[in-house]
Amino acid sequence: MKHFADLINALESTNKTNAKIDAIIDYLERAPDEDKVWFIALFTGKRPKRNVNTNYLKEWALEITKLPFWLFQESYSSVGDLGETLSLILPPPTEKIDRTLSQWMNDIIGLKTQSDVEKKEFVLNSWNGLDYTERLIFNKLLGGSFRIGVSDKTLINALTKFSDQESSALTHSLMGKWLPDEISFKELISAENINPDNSKPYPFCLAYPLEKELEELGTPDEWQIEYKWDGIRGQIIKRNDEVFIWSRGEELITEQFPEITEVVKMMKGNFVLDGEILAVKDGKVLNFNELQKRLNRKTLTKKMLSEIPIEVFTYDLLELEGTDLREKPISARRAMLEELLLNESPENIKISQIIDFEKWENLNEIRENSREINSEGLMLKQKNSPYHSGRKKGDWWKWKINPLTIDAVLIYAQKGSGRRSAYYTDYTFAVKNEDKLVTIAKAYSGLTDKEIMEVSKFVNKNAIEKFGPVRTVKAELVFEIAFEGIGFSNRHKSGVALRFPRIVRWRKDKTVDEIDDLEEIKKLIQ
Amino acid sequence: MKLITFTNKGIYCPQGKFYIDPWRPVDLAVITHGHADHARWGMKKYLCHHFTKPILKKRIAEDIECQTLQYGEVLTINGVKLSLHPAGHIIGSAQIRLEYKGYVSVISGDYKVQDDGLSTPFELVKCNEFVTESTFGLPIYNWLEVEDLNKKLQNWVLRNKENQKTSVFIGYSLGKAQRIMKAVEGLGKIHVHYSIGKLNKAFEEVGIILPDYEIPDFRESVKHVQGEIVIVPPALLDSNVIKKIPDAATAICSGWMQVRGARRWRSADAGFPMSDHADWKGLLQAIKATEAEIVHVTHGQTEVFSKYLNEIGIKSDVVETLYGDDEEETEKETIENPEP
Repeated sequence: MKHFADLINALESTNKTNAKIDAIIDYLERAPDEDKVWFIALFTGKRPKRNVNTNYLKEWALEITKLPFWLFQESYSSVGDLGETLSLILPPPTEKIDRTLSQWMNDIIGLKTQSDVEKKEFVLNSWNGLDYTERLIFNKLLGGSFRIGVSDKTLINALTKFSDQESSALTHSLMGKWLPDEISFKELISAENINPDNSKPYPFCLAYPLEKELEELGTPDEWQIEYKWDGIRGQIIKRNDEVFIWSRGEELITEQFPEITEVVKMMKGNFVLDGEILAVKDGKVLNFNELQKRLNRKTLTKKMLSEIPIEVFTYDLLELEGTDLREKPISARRAMLEELLLNESPENIKISQIIDFEKWENLNEIRENSREINSEGLMLKQKNSPYHSGRKKGDWWKWKINPLTIDAVLIYAQKGSGRRSAYYTDYTFAVKNEDKLVTIAKAYSGLTDKEIMEVSKFVNKNAIEKFGPVRTVKAELVFEIAFEGIGFSNRHKSGVALRFPRIVRWRKDKTVDEIDDLEEIKKLIQ
Repeated sequence: MKLITFTNKGIYCPQGKFYIDPWRPVDLAVITHGHADHARWGMKKYLCHHFTKPILKKRIAEDIECQTLQYGEVLTINGVKLSLHPAGHIIGSAQIRLEYKGYVSVISGDYKVQDDGLSTPFELVKCNEFVTESTFGLPIYNWLEVEDLNKKLQNWVLRNKENQKTSVFIGYSLGKAQRIMKAVEGLGKIHVHYSIGKLNKAFEEVGIILPDYEIPDFRESVKHVQGEIVIVPPALLDSNVIKKIPDAATAICSGWMQVRGARRWRSADAGFPMSDHADWKGLLQAIKATEAEIVHVTHGQTEVFSKYLNEIGIKSDVVETLYGDDEEETEKETIENPEP
């Protein structure tokens, strides 16, 4: 496992993507082929089933170290990762075991049929024969996620550089169905298991935030106006009876939306669509939070499929029967899109509605009301515009609604996990309710690393109790919280629920006396 | 009367009428070591190890009144026998041993049991009452042997050299920076930030020989450090000083770097768990060996560590102090306004 441990060490001693790519290439040049396949499998989340219960791992480690359980928990909440906590508390190894990554993987898979006693013996032996980094890797291989600060994109870029293969073909090949012990590295890299032409996506055309007065755009009839939706931008490809859905992050998300894939498969012809994947129920677009529940799951339950149904609001047609349409004006592409979909009228593939308006001033009102249908504003597209590659100013604008904001005080803080485990990053905020405080929202993002360190220091100094992961802190730090919507809710103590709360900024200029009052906040509900 | 009490000015010896590492101005302050959270300005008189004196003069003021002692030398103040014993934390760091009518209290300040090759190694002092830190009082913090850790630093520097990178270490200017200099000695030219250079003088004045180093002027171009070794204090992380260094690969040297999350969080390339505080095993080993009847935990993982001590049969309590938990923060104030 030495090569692999070296790779992990190298990946962890840099935060520069290029250096990570170099480290991966260096590994690929040195490691045996069967290890390389496992490396790709692990880094793309294709890991074998967990064969050892994590509670046993904890139990065995406590047996060895004779530490009390509560102290293990305190350590765990400081580290934020079970495999790492285990490797840190265990005594140094007294033996040296040297096996390749694929040998380790086979041993670990082999545990499946073994008794608990045999498993324990294997794990304890391994712990005692591996140094700190190898032990950490071993714990990760035993189960749990193998996240090591390398995105799929970085991995693909490294493999592209190593093999001269096209990145979309590699993405397709890696995302496809394959098992580490049934495929060779060469087959995987040369994409022999797939037909890469079928899946090749186009670069997305991106919009800029509107930065002019509407009147400066010209006359209203030169523009196609649609609602802007907060879902997942997707490119849906159907070629030669194969269907692929690419996200804007160039990830293949085909399998996350089986109902879309099935319907598209049934449609006639070959085409490439651009649209927004949304959770839609009874004709109403649901909050992004709902859609999020369905993302990145290993299995999608029937319940989930029926509770959070998916629709695609398509707004562009990039290719039809092998012809690239991107240079044609959007007005023409739109007409062809309408024809394609009207003929088929698939139930969950909709066409994005075009908003009728006569004067620019009417548009403002339409935008203001877009929140009511869970839209986040408007898209303005020049009718003569081609489908650009990437971001180009002038033809496509996004015009979002302004978020609502309140001032609230920090009352609970919790440490993050992974990269953020050393600092308090998850916050709960409260507003005034008569002479008391009531929690109003939880928010994770929005502060800079520096600010988070500063808040963490405050939390350390002002924590009211000091055990466990959550700290109650002195109500003193005031933050401006933005959110997209607000509604009444029985499940929240305050009686209101905020949609997408996030921290806009730390209001160091404000004191806790100046935070908002719940009764005032309720008036925001329409 | 108790030999020591914990007051809002600091640790106090009522019989001796002096304070140990006070955070408010007092008449007589006994100082464990030269870090800014333990050695503060405004005392009428300071008493410390004679290695600490040049540090206090550089950090506080040239004209402070300061009496010094050797390790083991006994001074009697109002009947209290006071002596200093090596704490192994940084040069001049001392555990303060107080004895009155046969009762012994030891205030250890910050300490480590590992021998870093620069500080006088930690000396065990048996006592009735022991005051301990607990900065790294969790079982996840166990340091590598000094040679193994130094090897890691050396390998990193060599790898950077191969890739034409400049190795930039971030470590606090008193203690850590000098350890880094020692660890990478001979691998290339060493450049240190002004604030480190100033404290290097405090080492040299008491006869400690450090590797050769240069002090580049970061207000000018620093292109000439390309491919070599640079050491800067933590306050300069993310600053323009680091951005000016050509082809920099950065590494933070701090005990917190033991945990991957902490390493990945900071905007540095690498992190090396190099600490001047005792690790988990070191704390327990030292505390058990003192055979103290009561252990007061002053700063760090206080609640958790004290609870564990009580569980393993060592009577312990937590006392509130203003000593920093954070290795990196202690010297900020001295760096923010460096002299030109």
